[in-house]
Amino acid sequence: MSDLKKIKDEFLSKLKNKLNLSEINQIKSDLFGKNGLVSSQFKKIGSIAETERKQFASDLNIIKDELQDLINSKINDIENAEINEKLEKEKIDITLPERPFTKGKIHPVSQTIDEISSIFSEIGFSVEEGPDVENEYNNFTALNTPDNHPARDMHDTFYLDEKKEKLLRTHTSPVQIRTMLKGKPPFKIIAPGRTYRSDSDQTHSPMFHQVEGLHIDKDINMGHLKGCLNYFIKEFFEVDKIKMRFRPSHFPFTEPSAEVDIGYKIKDGKIIIGEGDHWLEILGCGMVHPNVLKNVKVDPSKFQGYAFGIGIDRLAMLKYGINDLRSFFDCDYRWLNHFGFDPLDVPTNYRGLSR
Amino acid sequence: MKITFDWLRDHLKTNSKEKDLLEQLTNIGLEVESVENLYADNELFKIAKIVKTEKHPNADRLKVCEVNIGEKNLKKVVCGATNAKDGLITIYAPPGAIIPKTKTKLVVAKIRGVTSYGMLCSESELNISDQSAGIAELPKSKYEKNIGRNYFTKSKSNLIDLSITPNRPDCLGIRGIARDLAASGFGKFKDLKKKKIQSKIKQSLNVKINKEKNQGCSSFGSCLITNVRNTESPQWLKNKLISIGQKPISAIVDITNYVMLDINRPLHAYDADKIEKGIIVRNSKFGEEFTALDNKNYKLENGMCVISDNMGVLGLGGIIGGTRSSTELDTKNILLESAYFDSRSIRKTAKKLNIDTDAKFRFERGIDPLSIEDGLNKAALLIREICGGEISKIDIQKIENFKKKTIKFDPQLFEKVSGFKISSKEMIKILNDLGFKSKKEKKYFKLTIPSWRPDISQEIDIVEELVRISGYNNIKTIDPIKERTKSTLTQSQKLFHFLQRSIASKGYLETITWSFTDLNYNNHFKNTNREIKIVNPISSELGVLRNSIFSNLIMYVSKNLDRGFKDLSIFEIGPVFTGPNPGEQNTVVCGLSAGKKSRLSWIEKERNVDVFDVKKDVVQTLVEAGYNSDKFFVDSETPNYYHPGKSGRLFLNKGRDNIAAYFGEIHPNILKKIDLKTESLVGFEIFLDNLKLPKKTLNEQKTNFVVSDYQKSERDFAFVVDKGINAQDLIDAVSSVEKNLISNIKVFDVYEGDNIPQNQKSIAISVTIQSSEKTLKDSDLENINKLIIETVEKKTGAKIRSQK
Repeated sequence: MSDLKKIKDEFLSKLKNKLNLSEINQIKSDLFGKNGLVSSQFKKIGSIAETERKQFASDLNIIKDELQDLINSKINDIENAEINEKLEKEKIDITLPERPFTKGKIHPVSQTIDEISSIFSEIGFSVEEGPDVENEYNNFTALNTPDNHPARDMHDTFYLDEKKEKLLRTHTSPVQIRTMLKGKPPFKIIAPGRTYRSDSDQTHSPMFHQVEGLHIDKDINMGHLKGCLNYFIKEFFEVDKIKMRFRPSHFPFTEPSAEVDIGYKIKDGKIIIGEGDHWLEILGCGMVHPNVLKNVKVDPSKFQGYAFGIGIDRLAMLKYGINDLRSFFDCDYRWLNHFGFDPLDVPTNYRGLSR
Repeated sequence: MKITFDWLRDHLKTNSKEKDLLEQLTNIGLEVESVENLYADNELFKIAKIVKTEKHPNADRLKVCEVNIGEKNLKKVVCGATNAKDGLITIYAPPGAIIPKTKTKLVVAKIRGVTSYGMLCSESELNISDQSAGIAELPKSKYEKNIGRNYFTKSKSNLIDLSITPNRPDCLGIRGIARDLAASGFGKFKDLKKKKIQSKIKQSLNVKINKEKNQGCSSFGSCLITNVRNTESPQWLKNKLISIGQKPISAIVDITNYVMLDINRPLHAYDADKIEKGIIVRNSKFGEEFTALDNKNYKLENGMCVISDNMGVLGLGGIIGGTRSSTELDTKNILLESAYFDSRSIRKTAKKLNIDTDAKFRFERGIDPLSIEDGLNKAALLIREICGGEISKIDIQKIENFKKKTIKFDPQLFEKVSGFKISSKEMIKILNDLGFKSKKEKKYFKLTIPSWRPDISQEIDIVEELVRISGYNNIKTIDPIKERTKSTLTQSQKLFHFLQRSIASKGYLETITWSFTDLNYNNHFKNTNREIKIVNPISSELGVLRNSIFSNLIMYVSKNLDRGFKDLSIFEIGPVFTGPNPGEQNTVVCGLSAGKKSRLSWIEKERNVDVFDVKKDVVQTLVEAGYNSDKFFVDSETPNYYHPGKSGRLFLNKGRDNIAAYFGEIHPNILKKIDLKTESLVGFEIFLDNLKLPKKTLNEQKTNFVVSDYQKSERDFAFVVDKGINAQDLIDAVSSVEKNLISNIKVFDVYEGDNIPQNQKSIAISVTIQSSEKTLKDSDLENINKLIIETVEKKTGAKIRSQK
């Protein structure tokens, strides 16, 4: 038996035993160390007769590969076993809670304002603002509601002075006046914001939110008004069909004026917008009164258009199933958490208004 | 305005159903608020006869009655009325019936030990008269054979409550509503033959309207009716008033009410014998007094329109009469007034004295000035019919003649505004039906406005009438064009939305609180601002405009703590007010955070929220909004509601032009005063209007991407400084050394105590040094180190403690 065969057989049998890492390393060094058995054989190659040298080198390489592979795989197995054992020891209870985090929320009214702005943005309205404290002129007189007009009774006004010249705006309509006074037609704006009336009960809050709309151009008629609101309501409630009713009403600053109802039904205690034969009033609107246009130096024989005012809180209540208006302003932590929106939920047209 | 379909039929010929009526009313702008069936329970009330009465065994004043209600068995009813006696025919209400006056539902009940099945009713309890002494006594002759039948005659007409807009006084009378309905094609308007007083008797009571400035009465019509016998109203009149929820009082009062409701003509009846000499309509003098029919005494100011006689004020014209001249059941002679009062004068007076009456409500909206005679004719003739007597001629005093207004209307305006077409013929028909007189003049219509329509004064009002009557459902729906020529939001509006969501993303719940607040809370956070009072607040707790959002937020933090929440963060973005004038307001983002972080966490160490939490929220938010934190400047000057040692203010740049934010612990004294119990309360305010808007757009902000691949070196220094020196001072000193080489400075330790002298502290900073041009040699680094130490020591008085 050649030396090579002997080495091979001897070590193959050694390696069959159960070995630990150091024993294998010993074998490895016995074979492939500087003076290892296999290493020594390689050194012999030069001294072997030429005729046998090729065969010998080939045999030697095969044996080397075979033994080396076996040793490597043995080492691998042992290391794997060790790692597995270590990992097994490290196992934790993954059902324990994550590190604490707190989540903020956006108030439903703010979310609704963003939704409204997003919808009107699509059809070319831009957002205007006005101050919460107004003068009597912008809030009433310029809006064709002179003193002693019974319509003023409909607005229970908070005043800031005895002369009743300064007040908390009772509607967002004074933004119409401000916008038109500072610019030139055409106008196409919405103005969301806080409004105030000294009225406080189950369904009234002394502060609430409105969004004003104003579109003045050369030939804007009631058809445009209807189309605009129809579009808005459909988009806002995210329904394909909407039942909408325009009915005559009266506001001093619009003529003709209308109130708009939407159809709804109650199903399983929830309100479903756009179906059924109940009506719900959601906004007031009309064609801007020529007197208002004259007051802001817009020529009513050249320009005309519509205005509307929508209760934002009411819309939010309808869309998100909130029953109590006053809860909006109660700051109950549980309520805010329940009805609030994730700050990452920014309403946009391309993504859809709501998740 | 309450109406019934039955009453409407007095003026309107129609076969339509009530359901269609309701729809049509709303369609023409007379909005139906509610429909109520007043008679739903009426078949429960039975005509009944008391068969036998016995004294209640346990109560002296009660009787136990056996009552025949037309059934086989008699009903046992306990009754307290003194007039309950054997044989009396009265009205019985069974258990389950709801008593109209008290709205209480009857049940079978034991009264002092005797079970009573139902109740015997007084007229007052049934709202059919004021008679409340004892149970109703029905005349035997008429009711004896009807025992067991329903007392009320069946009526299917529901009570319809309309919301009449303030521009439509004409629809405060049933006839006006009928006219509108007829014009819209709902039924035919009845042309009622107007009966007139035929009399030769002169109205002998002298009436005079004083010609003075701001005289509120322009004409005063009257007639005398003598030798009347005031009585209860006949059933038809009672029923009419009851049908719309009014209570009959006496014939004369009922008739004046009826005429008012029917044709919107307020009248007033005086007991003529109580008028001293004659009537003078004049302005009141300061200090005059009278007792009105509401039994209140009113002190008048100058210039209120009063009806008076020689003795003084009788009543406020068009608003309320006085007790001195009121009619009573024994009134013999009546002066009936039908006058025209100026709406502004009425409104002013009523508001000052805080009186609201049906007459005032109508006059302030505008009464038909030509209805004076109609009202007198209708009412006087009814009074004579019911109460007898003789009617005088009508006397009308005037200081002004009413002229009907005319309008030139261009029919093309209709389509221009409404967007749809109707023919000229149709327009004329609608207008004529509404009472306009029309004449074509070339392409215009010359329209005479009916005297009962004070709301119509210009062409657009005519358009409104035409759209309203022809139907809003004819208006087309013109889809909007999806086109945007102007950006939706301005820069500052975008910033508003950004900050709002940025703060919310840091764990704060957004709240919306009222812009007004409790004066006491506001005082805590007013600082140097002026107080802005609301003249007429809803309550004293909401008496001032807020100078800071904190006042409301802290109140709600407190409420939520009371609810058992320990750790909470809330914020609001909204206005605070600096003065009482429009525009004196600022937009602020204000947040409060209470309690602990990581409370009861198994993994993190719990700790109180602190000033550096809010500082982080403020700084991070501003950085997210696009501001460069390298330029921020922070110092410790803050308003008095912050903890003076644990609060800061932040400027966007070292120039310190506008305060961008305050943050810090809320002053412990405030917590004590409002009794707020929490481990820690920190807050911040970011002032939107003080944030300069980033000039550059997002794409301009992105400069070329340059990074240095040369090796960077980190050096640590520990300096010992006086306690009064801020970390910021050290950082500023270091960063001033070599701007191009120092790329980052970090404070990583602050230490006071052992080994550090008293009143001093050690601040350890790590400085990153890197060149964009070359690899720095050891000698370069050494130089910079030296420079850093020298500069810091020189600028802050620090001493180097160690370096690495």
